[in-house]
Amino acid sequence: MIELRGVHRHFQVGEQLVRALDDVALTIADGEYVSIMGPSGSGKSTLLNVIGLLDRPTTGRYLLDGRETTELDDDALADVRARRIGFIFQSFHLVPRLTAFENVELPMVLAGQAPAARRARADEVLAALSLTDRAHHRPDQLSGGQRQRVAIARAMVMRPTVLLADEPTGNLDHVSGAEVLAALESLNAGGISLIVVTHDDEVAARSLRQIRMRDGRIVHDAPTPGAAR
Amino acid sequence: MRVGDLLHLASESLFRARLRSAMMLVAMAIGVAAVVVLTSLGEGARRYVTGEFQALGTDLLIVLPGRSETTGVQPGLFAGETPRDLTLDDARALLRIPGIARIAPLVVGSAPVSAAALSREVPVVGSTADFYYVRNLSIGQGRFLPPGELDRDMAVCVLGSKVASELFPQRAAVGSSVRIGDRRFRVIGVLGDSGRAVGFDLQELVIIPVSSAQQIFNTESLFRILVQAGDHDAIARTRTAVLETIKARHQNEEDVTVITQDAVLATFNRIFTALTLTLAGIASISLAVAGILIMNVMLVAVSQRTAEVGLLKALGARGRQITALFLTEAILLSVAGGVAGLVVGHAANVVIGRAYPALPVGAPAWAVVLALVVAVLSGVVFGLLPARRAARLDPVVALAGRR
Repeated sequence: MIELRGVHRHFQVGEQLVRALDDVALTIADGEYVSIMGPSGSGKSTLLNVIGLLDRPTTGRYLLDGRETTELDDDALADVRARRIGFIFQSFHLVPRLTAFENVELPMVLAGQAPAARRARADEVLAALSLTDRAHHRPDQLSGGQRQRVAIARAMVMRPTVLLADEPTGNLDHVSGAEVLAALESLNAGGISLIVVTHDDEVAARSLRQIRMRDGRIVHDAPTPGAAR
Repeated sequence: MRVGDLLHLASESLFRARLRSAMMLVAMAIGVAAVVVLTSLGEGARRYVTGEFQALGTDLLIVLPGRSETTGVQPGLFAGETPRDLTLDDARALLRIPGIARIAPLVVGSAPVSAAALSREVPVVGSTADFYYVRNLSIGQGRFLPPGELDRDMAVCVLGSKVASELFPQRAAVGSSVRIGDRRFRVIGVLGDSGRAVGFDLQELVIIPVSSAQQIFNTESLFRILVQAGDHDAIARTRTAVLETIKARHQNEEDVTVITQDAVLATFNRIFTALTLTLAGIASISLAVAGILIMNVMLVAVSQRTAEVGLLKALGARGRQITALFLTEAILLSVAGGVAGLVVGHAANVVIGRAYPALPVGAPAWAVVLALVVAVLSGVVFGLLPARRAARLDPVVALAGRR
């Protein structure tokens, strides 16, 4: 459960105060599939960063699973990110010198898990994303769609409750993009909250709830018309 | 994060940035090798000099006129101020002390030495037959001064090999005669090139009987008396006996200085240890430079990998883990560089040892340990700033790839 109340995020850019988030209130229940749309500079990426605990609100409250996060220190935030939140980026952000397997393993390495447990879990997640035969390739030996699926595997490996995807199909062709969305949706069907920031109306149309932002405010928040599930 | 994973991740990124890593490795290796080679040169010089002194015999006492506390190498500088000279009679008295094996009184000066039309100014040493044994001299041709009474004035001399070849370029020196000052001497021998006499060049020396030297230089006093005690253990006892004998002869006044070879050796040891330390200090500058280079390159690495740092933070890495990751890279590099430097340094030592067999090169253990410790420390110290800079990066900014 994600609850934002009266959240502001201001940046000082030169003389100008930019209100990237301006009094945002938002509640997302467990297992929802939400898309966030809006023009560039509307604050959608900032909203995603705040939800992902990479950024802190200037003022306002953010409760994750009922727990106030604005009072946590950096280490505590890092721990929450590690266990609760999975990130997927437009540019994949795989570590280029590590193999797909090692990239997927990375969050578990950071968490200090034992190698045997890590191997089993990484194999499992890679298999779920049909990447078993690509496990020991480095990112530069993988296609864009495969890279993004490796990134999804990495985001999933710690069993998070929330998956945050920032333009996950932005760098992919149509077919690969559809594959990646299908992978994300099947994870959502398994009970994970999925929040996708996108420019693409087609992508947004697949979500169950659409949010539109403009100038740091939420201007539209409604279930997708005719959504099946 | 587990230590094994930390090392794996750090070495992985070092291997991927081969050129960068190699450069830092070389810099650190040069620094460590410099410390190893320079300190072994200093240490080698110290051991060489010590060896020379020990070859002279550590059972040697040197009696100088004049009382002074110094244990330096040339206390003779103070000799001018002494009220009473050391004389041949003093030397003779010393010979009566039990346990004293040999005595070589010395008169030293410089005089023109000529043969036929050739002439040159040469250091002249007046001494006795025992000088040969006390200084471990060797004879090339002929023989050394004959034994006899101290005050027996004989017109014979022994030439250093270089003096002999310069004065007698065409003919045999032994049997000829030379003029030293205004007196004629028969050459009875030429010194060989081996033998040791710190402070003199044995090849450019003329040795004559001590009383003859006293006459040439018109002096009663001795420059010094070399005393050889029977064995090393007797040194302290002999030293006391020498002091007391002279004191009794000099109206109960202790107006001579007795230096033991050990004291001279200790002085040289101190000098060369200081030299080694100085060299080590100079060499550690290159270590510091290597450290600064590591810092520089690590800073570049951090800015190249900003996005990666952002990713690690998004994946839940704590600031401390990111610091540890970059610090481990710096330490791995400096350790590897240090080990490589040790290998290079030892190889250089072997080469130097081949080229100059007389010089006992070999890095002292403390220098090896110090170089490694400094190398690792500079990895830590100079790696810390870049690592902390990485850890402090704002994840949002870092992920966007902005700096």
